Amino acid sequence: MSRTLSEQQVKELAEHVEAAELDRVEILKITDDYPDMSFADATAVQWEIRRRKENRGNKIVGLKMGLTSWAKIHQMGVEKPCYGFLADYFSYADGAKVPFNDFIHPKVEAEVAFVTNKDLRGRDVTVDEVLAATELVVPAVEIIDSRYKDFKFDLTSVMADNSSSRGFVIGSHSATPDACDWSTLGVVMEKNGEIVQLGAGAAVLDHPAASVAMLADMLADVDEYIPAGTFVMTGGITAAVLAEPGDTFTVRYQNLGSITLSFA
Amino acid sequence: MDKDTILSLGDALYDALSARRTIAPLTDAHPDMTIEDAYQVSLRFLERRTSAGEKVIGKKIGVTSKAVMDMLDVRQPDFGFMTDAMRYDGEMPISSTLIQPRAEGELAFVLKKDLTGPGVTNADVLAATEAVLPCFEVVDSRIDDWKIKIQDTVSDNASCGLFTVNEAAAIDPRKIDLATCGMVVSKNGKMISNGAGAAAMGSPVNCVAWLANTLGQFGITLNAGDIILSGSLVPLEPVTAGDVMTVRVGGVGDCTVHFT
Repeated sequence: MSRTLSEQQVKELAEHVEAAELDRVEILKITDDYPDMSFADATAVQWEIRRRKENRGNKIVGLKMGLTSWAKIHQMGVEKPCYGFLADYFSYADGAKVPFNDFIHPKVEAEVAFVTNKDLRGRDVTVDEVLAATELVVPAVEIIDSRYKDFKFDLTSVMADNSSSRGFVIGSHSATPDACDWSTLGVVMEKNGEIVQLGAGAAVLDHPAASVAMLADMLADVDEYIPAGTFVMTGGITAAVLAEPGDTFTVRYQNLGSITLSFA
Repeated sequence: MDKDTILSLGDALYDALSARRTIAPLTDAHPDMTIEDAYQVSLRFLERRTSAGEKVIGKKIGVTSKAVMDMLDVRQPDFGFMTDAMRYDGEMPISSTLIQPRAEGELAFVLKKDLTGPGVTNADVLAATEAVLPCFEVVDSRIDDWKIKIQDTVSDNASCGLFTVNEAAAIDPRKIDLATCGMVVSKNGKMISNGAGAAAMGSPVNCVAWLANTLGQFGITLNAGDIILSGSLVPLEPVTAGDVMTVRVGGVGDCTVHFT
């Protein structure tokens, strides 16, 4: 995959997209202006946004996969999953009142997350190897917030936009990687007391650990890897549900408790 | 609806079942038919089957998901009766027995005590349950192209077809959260749907309690030994001979069926 943008263009796009996140304003997808930009260009833009945050003093506290379910891939009309990073200020507490104004048009999705205890590197990582390199699995809810108007984007644009990353909540009931078959782990999402989404772990690439393996594969494109101790969100088991001020979401996880958040 | 009409509609459904052909929706000719009428038709339909030697071994709850409720524009489930002739293990001969089959992944409850409504709570259901098993129900319709209203499917014994359970995967209900257990269904090796227990009216336990309380109004008891099919947790999937489907339930186990 080759790059088409100059370093200067990458820097300008990173500033443009990150400004939309920081100022909470919608922008048009960047491929409208750069129709020839590649996935590699988009990856460079995302890493430049990451550098900007680190230079500003933000810590990177984890990684995330996005568009990991076939339903989502078809819904958004993209070809494959994407990844992003989690900055320290993306974190919200279980039970928190999340300020709606931190977001443009937040959507909530139920996930499971892995914390690794060994480096995961390269293109041939298997599900079993991921599980063998996992310290714990913990339920998590992601609050995605594409910077693109009406969530209209293509894979290149969303990759440049840090895969819509902006918020996450981590549950308190973790488990060892051999605690159950993660592909049949059930989740039930309620919005204001009504069930709005449900599913099982296999919604994520047939097994959530396969999403971690795919992340290692995608990071290899830029000679990166998943270091031991990384918190990895594996992607939505459920579709993302639009949130409005005043909404309360509760996600119940099979044997792993629940996570609740409200938008204030 | 008068008694003769009820008998003739029940007989028409039994004849359609026997001949493996469909008939026009009953509600075409009887638009004013009530759900109560429909249950009377279904009891006649069942009477024909038991007269022919079939034995009732359980009950099923249908229309438990919001999607199907919206489709039929009702806010409550329905029920039907399962006979020994509907049960197959492992291999299911749909091409010689069914008309327009659709498979759904469910949880089946095997009872160890009678449950008689009204007044049956979820605690009563759990205490009366010997085991929960992964299950495929293959529904079918004797109505043209599944063009059913709620009265049509109720009359047609809740669109019953065949079912299979995996007894080797039976689990004590006290060992699992039936509302959050995940379900993954694959067809010919490819995952086609996933869901969780709460897809059926918030919990399969709610469904069984509803059934016990509803059947209580008809003077019918859920009996010790009954197999209760508690309602689909995933969308219905059309199947044909040659298909192989597997349902996996988190914390329970799996069930595979070969369609012939």
